[in-house]
Amino acid sequence: MIVLGIEGTAHTFGVGIVEDENSYCNVLANAMVTYMPEKGGIHPREAANYHAEHAAEVISKALSQSNLSMNDIDLVSFSRGPGLGPCLRTAATAARALAATYSKPIIGVNHCVAHLEIGRGVIRECEDPVLLYTSGANTQVIAFAEGKYRVFGETLDIGIGNCLDKFGRIVGLPFPSGPIIEKLALKGKRYLPLPYSVKGMDIAFSGLLTAAEQYYRKGEDIEDICYSIQETTFAALVEVTERAMAHTEKREVLLGGGVAANKRLREMVEIMAKDRGADFFVPPKELCVDNGAMIAWLGLLMYKSGIRMKIEDTTIDQRFRTDMVEVTWRG
Amino acid sequence: MVEEKIIYQGAEAKIVLSEYLARKVIQKRRLHKRYRIKEIDEKLISTRTKEEAKLMAAARRQGVAVPIIYDVDLKQGIITMEYLDGSRIKDIFNSLKDEERKKLCYKIGESIAKLHNGDIIHGDITTSNMILYEDKIHFIDFGLGEINSEVEAKGVDLHLLMEAIASTHARYIDSFNYVMLGYQDFYKGDINEIERKIDDIIRRGRYR
Repeated sequence: MIVLGIEGTAHTFGVGIVEDENSYCNVLANAMVTYMPEKGGIHPREAANYHAEHAAEVISKALSQSNLSMNDIDLVSFSRGPGLGPCLRTAATAARALAATYSKPIIGVNHCVAHLEIGRGVIRECEDPVLLYTSGANTQVIAFAEGKYRVFGETLDIGIGNCLDKFGRIVGLPFPSGPIIEKLALKGKRYLPLPYSVKGMDIAFSGLLTAAEQYYRKGEDIEDICYSIQETTFAALVEVTERAMAHTEKREVLLGGGVAANKRLREMVEIMAKDRGADFFVPPKELCVDNGAMIAWLGLLMYKSGIRMKIEDTTIDQRFRTDMVEVTWRG
Repeated sequence: MVEEKIIYQGAEAKIVLSEYLARKVIQKRRLHKRYRIKEIDEKLISTRTKEEAKLMAAARRQGVAVPIIYDVDLKQGIITMEYLDGSRIKDIFNSLKDEERKKLCYKIGESIAKLHNGDIIHGDITTSNMILYEDKIHFIDFGLGEINSEVEAKGVDLHLLMEAIASTHARYIDSFNYVMLGYQDFYKGDINEIERKIDDIIRRGRYR
């Protein structure tokens, strides 16, 4: 079965094509474009306009990457949410148009669950992980328990990527700021104490952001601030991930989301996993960031487990929660 | 000398049966983590050890039974406390006679109300964190606790016990009502506010 998936929850408009091979995911194409705001943060309408302008071109690119035509596609899937309304509507419209024009079945999927499933799909050893999903807007610790993907910990205010980008804006770094902060942090030497906010299994970042801004205004070394931000926020992320692993008694940890590209975060999760005798997995970068391939793969899993949607069922859901998904494809 | 024995190993700490001044004691030893830098590791371990000991002392002042603390070592992150040679409520709950269970639940509610009267949020009220010893329900593991006067925090605290009863003692799901009877009689704040908050939390229907 060959599936074309369309992602469009925020900055990225992506189209991926995948097929299943002995129940693993074979990525045939994974094309994407990313909206970059000229200044400030993301403007949902601007991002959606950008996606609409590039939709046809990215779909063609994915098809040509895979040497396939729409006739070869068995199913179209798209991200129903969570995400920004205008962006979701654009991706959904593109998917409906494709499905209707070529008379293909269509399925809308949950974006967060797709981040987890793509890891299981492309990494053979990864069977039942706890996912630490860190991106701009989302920061969640997700694991399969009692028939559903449940959120065992999450941010109470802003996502970790958002926290890094906001700090970047304050100090004049371009978007996305995460990779630049990572580089600066390597040169940091002095730890500046920052609020460490873990409440039970949940995390908060906004207090830390304010404190980091104050260090900057006081003239502290930017490299030391970046180092301190990373060390503090990542320690909190790893701590809640470890708690979820202990609680669910799972022995695998998987990273997903754009911030998973950060080497220091990877290193910390890896040490934690090693000390627990657990396995650590991270998919290739292009499958960690928002992408169409993961949407295609989850669509494939759902379709194969018997789920069908009519065009009128393919409404978007900006607040589509991870634990709202009926997981029909796992035993 | 009692031979040391690890009773439980969690993500954050291990619970060890040990000896202190010729007494059988329990030590909660917080674990150092290699993934975080020393500055963060040491600070977290010492502040959490201190907070937990303070909460236990505060609970005692409210008239709630907790293990006696013998020693607190902030640097090492060790709380040395009384060994309670009793039974976990979790283990005896399902085998109690109906009348006894109702009485026990009422007392649990009474204790939680007393904690909340002092704005003490336990943070992990389950039947595994209560020990029946010398006829009193002792509360243990204040590791996720905090001082908080908000109705939200108290509601979440009670809701957690409700969920724990539903999952661990599913046959006796009405037990939570008896907990609330005890709570009602001893809570000094606005009980309606608390009950509304619990309904709210149920409707929110988040995870766990």
